[in-house]
Amino acid sequence: MFPIIAKEAIAPGFWRFVVGAPEIARKHRPGQFVMVLLHERGERIPLTIAHSDPVAGTITLVVQEVGKTTMEMGTFPVGSELQAVVGPLGTPTHIERVGTVVCVGGGAGIAPLLPIAADMKAAGNRVYSILGGRTKELVILREEMAAVSDEIFFTTDDGSFGRKGLVTHALADLIAERGKPDLVVAIGPAIMMKVVSDLTRKDAIPTLVSLNSIMIDGTGMCGCCRVDVGGQTKFVCVDGPEFDGHKVDFDLLIKRLRAFLPQEQEARQRFLAQHRCRALEGASHA
Amino acid sequence: MPEETVGLPELPKKERMKIPRHPMPEQKPEERVRNFSEVALGYTAELAMMEAQRCLQCEKPLCVQGCPVEIDIPAFVDLIRQGKFKEAVAKIKETNTLPAICGRVCPQEDQCEMVCVLTKKYTPVAIGRLERFVADLEREAGEIEMPHCAPPTGHKVAVIGSGPAGLTCAADLARLGHQVTIFEALHKTGGVLVYGIPEFRLPKAIVDYEVENLKRMGVEIRTGFVVGKTATVEELFWEYGYDAVFFGTGAGLPAFLGIPGEQFIGVLSANEFLTRVNLMRAYDFPNYDTPVRLGRRVAVVGAGNVAMDCLRCAKRLGAQEVICIYRRTRAESPARKEELERAEEEFIDFRWLSAPLEIYGNEEGFVTGMRIQRMELGEPDASGRRRPVPIPGSEYDIEVDTVIVAIGQSPNPLATRATPGLELNRHGCIVVDQQTMMSSIPGVFAGGDIVTGAATVILAMGAGKTAARGIHEWLGKLERGEVSKPTWPR
Ligand SMILES: Cc1cc2nc3c(=O)[nH]c(=O)nc-3n(C[C@H](O)[C@H](O)[C@H](O)COP(=O)(O)OP(=O)(O)OC[C@H]3O[C@@H](n4cnc5c(N)ncnc54)[C@H](O)[C@@H]3O)c2cc1C
Ligand code: SF4
Ligand code: FES
Repeated sequence: MFPIIAKEAIAPGFWRFVVGAPEIARKHRPGQFVMVLLHERGERIPLTIAHSDPVAGTITLVVQEVGKTTMEMGTFPVGSELQAVVGPLGTPTHIERVGTVVCVGGGAGIAPLLPIAADMKAAGNRVYSILGGRTKELVILREEMAAVSDEIFFTTDDGSFGRKGLVTHALADLIAERGKPDLVVAIGPAIMMKVVSDLTRKDAIPTLVSLNSIMIDGTGMCGCCRVDVGGQTKFVCVDGPEFDGHKVDFDLLIKRLRAFLPQEQEARQRFLAQHRCRALEGASHA
Repeated sequence: MPEETVGLPELPKKERMKIPRHPMPEQKPEERVRNFSEVALGYTAELAMMEAQRCLQCEKPLCVQGCPVEIDIPAFVDLIRQGKFKEAVAKIKETNTLPAICGRVCPQEDQCEMVCVLTKKYTPVAIGRLERFVADLEREAGEIEMPHCAPPTGHKVAVIGSGPAGLTCAADLARLGHQVTIFEALHKTGGVLVYGIPEFRLPKAIVDYEVENLKRMGVEIRTGFVVGKTATVEELFWEYGYDAVFFGTGAGLPAFLGIPGEQFIGVLSANEFLTRVNLMRAYDFPNYDTPVRLGRRVAVVGAGNVAMDCLRCAKRLGAQEVICIYRRTRAESPARKEELERAEEEFIDFRWLSAPLEIYGNEEGFVTGMRIQRMELGEPDASGRRRPVPIPGSEYDIEVDTVIVAIGQSPNPLATRATPGLELNRHGCIVVDQQTMMSSIPGVFAGGDIVTGAATVILAMGAGKTAARGIHEWLGKLERGEVSKPTWPR
């Protein structure tokens, strides 16, 4: 059992959990993830490790409420326990001094980007960050990312913060103004990683993306996480989660992410219905 | 367990041969395809004793030679005939730790029952059903005698993987007084027994029961621990303080077909399908959170045990048409005979001598159909089986919503790759000394599917036992300073 030691709402629909997992904390390298099972009847979901503290024996997970499991996780209070947290899984990011690195993050993808940006900076790179979201509140970890970046840029769809538009607009301008960076690391929704990769492909800027496919075991045993990278089948959980963005078949990934859409919606509706009932019950007892 | 069951008399040999083999009560096909409860209901005490009465009690019992762990079959069968059920289980457990499991999943028709002297002219003694009967009786009575464990030796052994190889090795080591920890990557214990083989063939409660017994013997079980990731083998030795390590990591890597269209949604490996259904209980979605989607028509490629399990799970999940695609004939199907027969009773459409050529999908990326090639048997190949060859122009298309690929598994390299110096063969299997099961790294042992490639439960158990002896000897040498724990260059 893995205790929840701290929990904080960092934006609407975003939670930051600090979970006791000493062995994982000790071994974690940026880019790696854990498989989480909430309880006996739960499903196994991958969550990228946003931070680890080997001394305290904790890992930090940032969770966006998108489906039944992530919403349910949001109801877990401090002091409760997760049934299983397995990892650290996946191949760590290859951190080296390449010169200039642009870190592009969107949505929940900003969380796993943070330790990569921090290590890239520590390795002696110049780090520019571009973070985007629908609206200001949904651009998470702004201060934390700023602290590990030489310069940081923000974009929002509604213009409530930073520049109005998409991260790719900011990236294109950055490249135009400062020249080609040596590496782009993009983590966020599949569509965001696709457009970033399309942009950098033109200038042949090496681009790393971290894929978020559906997983069950996370150890290479089921193949449900498979993606097409440069015409080859790769398992995201063991061969990734990071790949060369220019080689990933994003269209296929996006389709495969929709494999269980009706079931996910059903589970979500049921959860919301039950949860609202419980909330109402709670209110009437109070 | 009833102490005083009145046994049956010994019959003259001639008469024993006249008694036909007793069928085992089962759920009816129409009924069972609508539930996940166990298909076979097991012998009653009367049926078991009557079946046991058939055994000729051979002087030189061939059945024993056919058993990979050499159970004293005539002895336990005769004890059943006499109504001495408790003694019968004890007899089996001298060499087989998991009889309730083996009685259900061993391919008896290729082992003990194949060579039983009655097989030639009559039908073999139902050895597997008898084994299962006494093991169940003992478990249900809750009277399992805990094996006696030797005084603690102070040695710690890490067992990686909780399949039959790991469970057996752990049990034998615990009995020898060693302190054992099982490290299992998944969140449940049992390996293929829990994630692969479905509830209707092997109820999970039976596996859980065996695992509980192990715990009572002092074996520690750490689930959700991926060796090679959470800790390496080197760390198990030098930071966790283990004196020996056993690899029982199985053959969990799925093979795909390598034909066009395999990326469509709805093409899944048998491992993915069975894990969703058995381990994550997708058949009870949305009570359990993991979904599975099949559609109306499901094709399963392959005809081994894994394929049978997929076909039968798909049927139970409500697929209207379930089709088995296999490029050889029924005679070559490597599945356990009883399961193949049951699958045939369960309205599965078997297409023998058929090979998939291509999978079709729609705009949204979902599977819609499949192109099949008819085959015929040609010249025998290296394995002596007649090689299937395509019949030109015989291709045809079928409509399907799901394609499950059950054409084999190979070892998962996650742990072996993280263990430098470990010698592997070209299939990724660990190379071991057959006597001791020790690998190229002193103190690191292996057994089961990780050594043989995908095989059987009983062979994995046998390997686990042999390895336990090898590990015990090695620990003795370690104590006497004749060997030392392995080191890795920094
Ligand atoms: C669907 C199916 C049906 C079958 N039916 C039959 C049958 O009817 N009869 C029969 O005799 N055989 C059958 N088999 C074959 C049989 O189950 C296997 O031969 C047997 O289970 C092998 O045992 P094992 O202990 O070597 O490995 P497994 O049972 O595969 O167990 C290996 C365990 O190791 C764990 N593991 C792997 N890597 C790591 C790691 N790095 N760290 C920690 N843990 C790890 C895995 O999660 C797994 O739990 C079937 C197999 C399948 C898949
Ligand atoms: S070979 Fe058959 S008849 Fe002979 S002892 Fe074994 S089970 Fe009995
Ligand atoms: S999640 Fe099962 S193989 Fe990657």
